[in-house]
Amino acid sequence: MRSFDPELADLRFGYGLAPDVPPPERVDDMLAGLTGADDMAAQFPIEPFDMFRARMIAVAEANRIRRQKRGTPDAAAARQRRNQLNAIARKDGLRWAGHMLLRQIWTPTAFRERLIAFWADHFTAHGKQGVSRRATSPYIEEAIRPNIAGKFGELLQAAVMHPVMLFYLDQMRSMGPRSVRGKKRQNGLNENLAREVLELHTLGVDGPYAQTDVRQLAELFTGLSFRPRHGFVFRKDFVEPGPETLLGVTHSDTGGTAPIRAALRDLARHPATARHIAHKLAVHFVADIPDPDLVTRLETTYLDTGGDLLALYEALLSHPNAWEPHLQNIKPPQDFMASAMRALAVPEAKLMRFGERKMRRIISRPLTAMGQQWQRPAGPDGWPEEDPHWITPQGIAGRVQWAMNAPEFILRVLPDPRDFVASSLGTRASKVIRFAAASAENRREGIGLVLMSPAFQRR
Amino acid sequence: MNFNRRDFLRSGLIGCSLAASPLITPVTFAATPAENRLVVIILRGGMDGLDVVRPYGDPMLGHLRPTLAGGPDQGAHDLDGFYALHPALAALLPMWRAGELGFVQAVSTPYRDKRSHFDGQDLLEAGTETMAGVRDGWLNRMLQAVPGITAQTAYAIGRSDMKLLQGPADVSNWSPDVSLGLSPVTEQLMTLVTESDPALHAAWQEAQILAALDAETETGGGISRRGAHVKIAEFAAQRLAEDARIAAFSLGGWDTHSGQTRAMSRALGQFADALNSLKFGLGSHVWERTTVVALTEFGRTARENGTRGTDHGTGGMMVMAGGAVRGGRVHGDWPGLRASDLYQNRDLMPTRDVRAHVAWIMAGLMGLDRGTLETAVFPGLEMGGDPRLLL
Repeated sequence: MRSFDPELADLRFGYGLAPDVPPPERVDDMLAGLTGADDMAAQFPIEPFDMFRARMIAVAEANRIRRQKRGTPDAAAARQRRNQLNAIARKDGLRWAGHMLLRQIWTPTAFRERLIAFWADHFTAHGKQGVSRRATSPYIEEAIRPNIAGKFGELLQAAVMHPVMLFYLDQMRSMGPRSVRGKKRQNGLNENLAREVLELHTLGVDGPYAQTDVRQLAELFTGLSFRPRHGFVFRKDFVEPGPETLLGVTHSDTGGTAPIRAALRDLARHPATARHIAHKLAVHFVADIPDPDLVTRLETTYLDTGGDLLALYEALLSHPNAWEPHLQNIKPPQDFMASAMRALAVPEAKLMRFGERKMRRIISRPLTAMGQQWQRPAGPDGWPEEDPHWITPQGIAGRVQWAMNAPEFILRVLPDPRDFVASSLGTRASKVIRFAAASAENRREGIGLVLMSPAFQRR
Repeated sequence: MNFNRRDFLRSGLIGCSLAASPLITPVTFAATPAENRLVVIILRGGMDGLDVVRPYGDPMLGHLRPTLAGGPDQGAHDLDGFYALHPALAALLPMWRAGELGFVQAVSTPYRDKRSHFDGQDLLEAGTETMAGVRDGWLNRMLQAVPGITAQTAYAIGRSDMKLLQGPADVSNWSPDVSLGLSPVTEQLMTLVTESDPALHAAWQEAQILAALDAETETGGGISRRGAHVKIAEFAAQRLAEDARIAAFSLGGWDTHSGQTRAMSRALGQFADALNSLKFGLGSHVWERTTVVALTEFGRTARENGTRGTDHGTGGMMVMAGGAVRGGRVHGDWPGLRASDLYQNRDLMPTRDVRAHVAWIMAGLMGLDRGTLETAVFPGLEMGGDPRLLL
């Protein structure tokens, strides 16, 4: 019977081996790491969205002055202030990207960071214009990070009702056609969020719902809104009057968010959601085509515990499939980049010394070349899990380019490739890789070859 | 196995040309026997065909779309007295007038009701009735069916996944902005290191070959500094002007839930740039033999929504361009826009399966017979009468 292996714990459930950070010693360590003090968040801070709001208020204020005092020096000054605010947010956004990487590089509880990334992808959302384009990390920090070890239903509410999600999936301006506001403005419903909640966040696309359920949920969602000055608000004047029936359950108006929360809790407990989440978790952490027994175990655990995520992770980590020694999934580009920096023990001072242009050169642009633009998946379904999506000629070429050049650019002095083979690959350092590392023309390419080896690319 | 540097260097790999290296199986770039070219563009996000080619002659349009229905009196370009072209496509008017640009209104795939982008795109690229058991795309199945072909020249271009070209037939993938710049020793060592992983190994080998090809075209033509969509179109044109016969890529930006006027102008501007870059890059001789087909996963709601946009719908539009098409007209049966004409009182009613149009184009371009098209390429399709989309 296969069981826990410290090396695999870091490779498959973390960001790879780190020379100075010991791997977990048992499954209990991995689970305890999910609920313990969040040292990484303290060490490498990212502004939560509730603070980020102040930037949106300031930009809105500048825009108001620009409009009201058009043609005056006040308007010109306001315009300049707005551009400045945007520039500061852009710079801070890159700093948060650096901090997110540093957490992944230095954490002793890497499973926690992996789960945060997993759920941030499941609940993909980002700002679309102006300063809010930088709100993705603050959204993850606030809606996802504190909620990965509770009930799925709580995480679902935190993500779906979050202002960034409401913006991203057009919920903000959706109003009941018969609502106070809808009648006055002749505006109406936008069913984008409702559809994605059913299709992507809960039941799954094969789930037992129909177009009428999408419509009913869209009507139920009316009122979910946001104002920079207040944060989340529930706008009663947007609410479509009357009860809505979702999957056969009727939810009546209460003049607040209670029926919406109840509907989300129902969706979270639905067997189709259990199946969807179980499958997705197994695919992400174990293999593109997971063992049906593993999926069933996860699904049963989910149903038995009412979607208790900690229990779900424990079921995953105590299944023999989780510890299959043969490496399987290819690391997506962001994870590849983080694990390379972790193997190289990139210190905070080295990574954060770069200005905007160089940060782009070593992080954003290479990720785009590898096929994974930073925090910008093509749609609300997040990044694909299937290996063939990532193993393309252009994707691999992007990895080669980065692996051969970025480490030296960041660190200046590289470790000896012969030592690096052992420290980064552990027992998976094959003869071929050791040979290649030792035969390279220089350190730079020796390190690059190790990073490009199958034992480093897969987990 | 024992490795040492001396044996490795002695094995003669260093310094020999890429194609001659025994470690590399070159991807074959054989041409199809015919000289005809087919370019397929997937418009991801659900293009609103009713906005692009506006049926302003239908009295219902203005009622359904208070802010999105502008006809020739509001800057749209009259096409035939019934339809008007979106103002942002002005750059394509010369093509239209030359009869090299046409549209097919009110078409759709068999996809219905759930209106998911991802499922809609999957089905569009699979070319089937349902996704059950489907593992390849219709353009790949067409490649498998072209007679007398052993290795095909088909390119999936850009960073987006092109499922319509996935399958057993060999296809090249490339995005025209990657260069490797490795020393020959390192290239050989990379090949060695990835050898134990077939998928990684194959992708690496193809990357080397494509980077070499790309470097050639870059020094010759000078790749434009404009947007990715133009680079992709230029790369496609360069390959098609030489050995390639099939190319596919995608353009996004069509999911116009709110503020559609602005979003649509941007998406259409890129689309027009891409088509014009293709035409220019191919040169008139090759353009004459080229058919470009642009497809989207579904159309959008006939009614404007509450946020000056449109939501996911059903019936949509196909765009075709190229010297080989019978353009200068809007094809397709117009279903009307009265409530009773709409699909589920909501979306434009599809009057024909878009696959039938594509199948007829393939029959004309590649000489495929109806049996192959209806069973192998688009299983379960009934092609019906010839819509005569080609010259």
